[in-house]
Amino acid sequence: MTRHLQLTESGKLKHFLTIEGLSKPLLTEILDTAESFVDMSEHQVKKVPLLRGKTIINLFFENSTRTRTTFELAATRLSADVLNMNIATSATSKGESLLDTIRNLEAMQVDMFVVRHALSGAAHFIAQQTAPHISVINAGDGQHAHPTQAMLDMFTIRQHKKQFEGLKVAIVGDILHSRVARSQILALNTLGVTDVRVIAPKTLLPADVTSMGVTALHDMNEGLNDVDVVIMLRLQKERMNSAFLPSESEYFRCFGLSEAKLKHAKSDVIVMHPGPINRGVEIASSVADGSHSVILQQVSNGIAVRMAVMSMAMQSQGGAA
Amino acid sequence: MSSLLIRNGRIIDPANNIDQIGSLSIKDGKITELLSADSNATADTVIDASGQIICPGFIDLSVRLREPGHSQKGSIVSETRAAAAAGVTSLCLPPDTKPTIDTPAVVEFIKDKAEKAGYPQVYMLGALSQGLAGNDLSNLFALKQAGCIAVSNAGNSLNNLLILRRAMEYAATHDLLVIYRANETSLSGKGCAHEGAVASRYGLPGIPTAAESIALAQCLELAELTGCRLHISQISCKQSVIKLQQAKKYGLKITADVAIHQLHLTENDVIPFDSNYHVIPPFRSQIDRQYLRDGLANGTIDAICSDHQPHDLDAKLGAFPETEAGIASLETLVPLMLELSQQHGIALNHAIAKLTQQPANILGLAAGTLSIGQAADVCVFDPNANWQVNRQNWHSAGINTPYWQQNLRGRVTHTLQAGQLSFKLENPQ
Repeated sequence: MTRHLQLTESGKLKHFLTIEGLSKPLLTEILDTAESFVDMSEHQVKKVPLLRGKTIINLFFENSTRTRTTFELAATRLSADVLNMNIATSATSKGESLLDTIRNLEAMQVDMFVVRHALSGAAHFIAQQTAPHISVINAGDGQHAHPTQAMLDMFTIRQHKKQFEGLKVAIVGDILHSRVARSQILALNTLGVTDVRVIAPKTLLPADVTSMGVTALHDMNEGLNDVDVVIMLRLQKERMNSAFLPSESEYFRCFGLSEAKLKHAKSDVIVMHPGPINRGVEIASSVADGSHSVILQQVSNGIAVRMAVMSMAMQSQGGAA
Repeated sequence: MSSLLIRNGRIIDPANNIDQIGSLSIKDGKITELLSADSNATADTVIDASGQIICPGFIDLSVRLREPGHSQKGSIVSETRAAAAAGVTSLCLPPDTKPTIDTPAVVEFIKDKAEKAGYPQVYMLGALSQGLAGNDLSNLFALKQAGCIAVSNAGNSLNNLLILRRAMEYAATHDLLVIYRANETSLSGKGCAHEGAVASRYGLPGIPTAAESIALAQCLELAELTGCRLHISQISCKQSVIKLQQAKKYGLKITADVAIHQLHLTENDVIPFDSNYHVIPPFRSQIDRQYLRDGLANGTIDAICSDHQPHDLDAKLGAFPETEAGIASLETLVPLMLELSQQHGIALNHAIAKLTQQPANILGLAAGTLSIGQAADVCVFDPNANWQVNRQNWHSAGINTPYWQQNLRGRVTHTLQAGQLSFKLENPQ
């Protein structure tokens, strides 16, 4: 169903809801397209007219600064008109249903929704319900998926490691609540990474996590052994209040990324984080700001990857100039 | 009064150990005679049941009628009619109407409407706690006097074990059957799917099987302590089956049922984010389903119910976790029961017993059999009729079923309520 929903009959990207069901060539096409936009962003004039005349609504039912900003910049650089809607403080708090909100915005002749929502499956639901000429890009739904984040991470990995085959990748932290981790695992597996490890206490691992194509470990030194890439996840402060963890300090001691623990990884390891980071909780400042860190490159790459996804989705709709 | 003959069908009456081709003679609303296939008896009305199965009308332990209080989802008329179309002649209505069934006035209101509708016999389950809030007991004796057949807290749990203990003791005082769904809310939380590989993959909050089996274990202990007559409704997992089996072996007088769809679907069948699969308890693993099937076959699980929960379209439109749980499941009861016997090794007379004789025993009803002199509550169904689940063939106001637009085999052609036709299939294909 997911595949059917995301792709046109000829296999082109129509919506971007999840990595699941997308082929390696399609993911590679996203990365290659993003590459061309990276080159462009180094030019004086950073705009292309690909989406001129198109209207994109950033529909954020959940607060976000970074993701929304990079989506906005991406759309602007493609020459689209962008409207930001912060629904967390708007319609639905007045009792309007998700569907009513969508119907109303649809009536304003938009071409694309970029959706973030606190519930898993929200982007799928919107894609099923919207008019066929509208593309839906998932900017994070509940604990399900954050596919543009995963693709910008893949882009960053490819920049540094050239190819995916043979890489060892560790994802560390709150896997249970992480839509980013779920999308990263799917993307890594599709692109050919066979050694993906998740490292976390049992309270922060989903049930049957190994069925997702990863190895589960609870020890950082063992888990980071010989890895090429370390992806740290953000730890929400509220996890301390619901018996997931005893304290931030104990978490940092066991699962925080320090320089000492990083020594177990390959010497050319890259350290990634989807942000925003909690210094001293999941990552030591010296690592976040250190020579292995590519955290800020991830942010810049986010714009190019989102431009790629948006333009591809509009093209398949026959809309892009 | 008139006479009626249901002729030349395969009569299956588990309570009397009957499985033979023959005819059923009905006079003045009662079963008068079982005739052999070669009998040339006749009657005012004759129903030709050649190639069909004649069995007692089904007794469904859990059917939501949605009235009073949720008339956008269904009504007593629409849902009792759907029940008749499903071969159901008696049903239990859980107390989570609005207002809840916690006063005799609500009981009277529903009784009156159900009688006027004239389809199946509606037996109400009184609310165990006021407003189903789990704190204070309802006036259980008054509810019993008003006609409630048992008491239940519907899908809600009581707030602590002391309240559950006292509810059981007080119910036992008045010899009331307690029907309880085992759920430890601190473990189930806001879950909307089985905690397992599929929920993990789609990032859906999970409900561990332990949320059910731990609460079940507590119920069993308290049933022994209090001497309460206890029926556990809608179990869904392996651990619950094991605990029930142990308790029964130990000699505890308890019974249990399972919702029909739990015997068919698992987490692997769920189409991602399709809210028609959103049901509580959730579809579990294949191992759990196997235990449920085995438990049904070996008698650990006493009965099958539909757990019919019709919804309006809006209730199912949204992101999966925010949609309402439940399946409109009356009218798929017969095809799913047949599939159990044809494909999953449960003898047909055994499956029928789980929907007739057994629930009658649990409720203490003189029903669920084709014994001579019994009120003629009868279901006639064609085990080979193919039909599509669609609007044309559907009676419930709710179309929220995973089987929507699927082709199923097995269809009720006639339902008799005390000798009167409460349903007749008009356009057998």
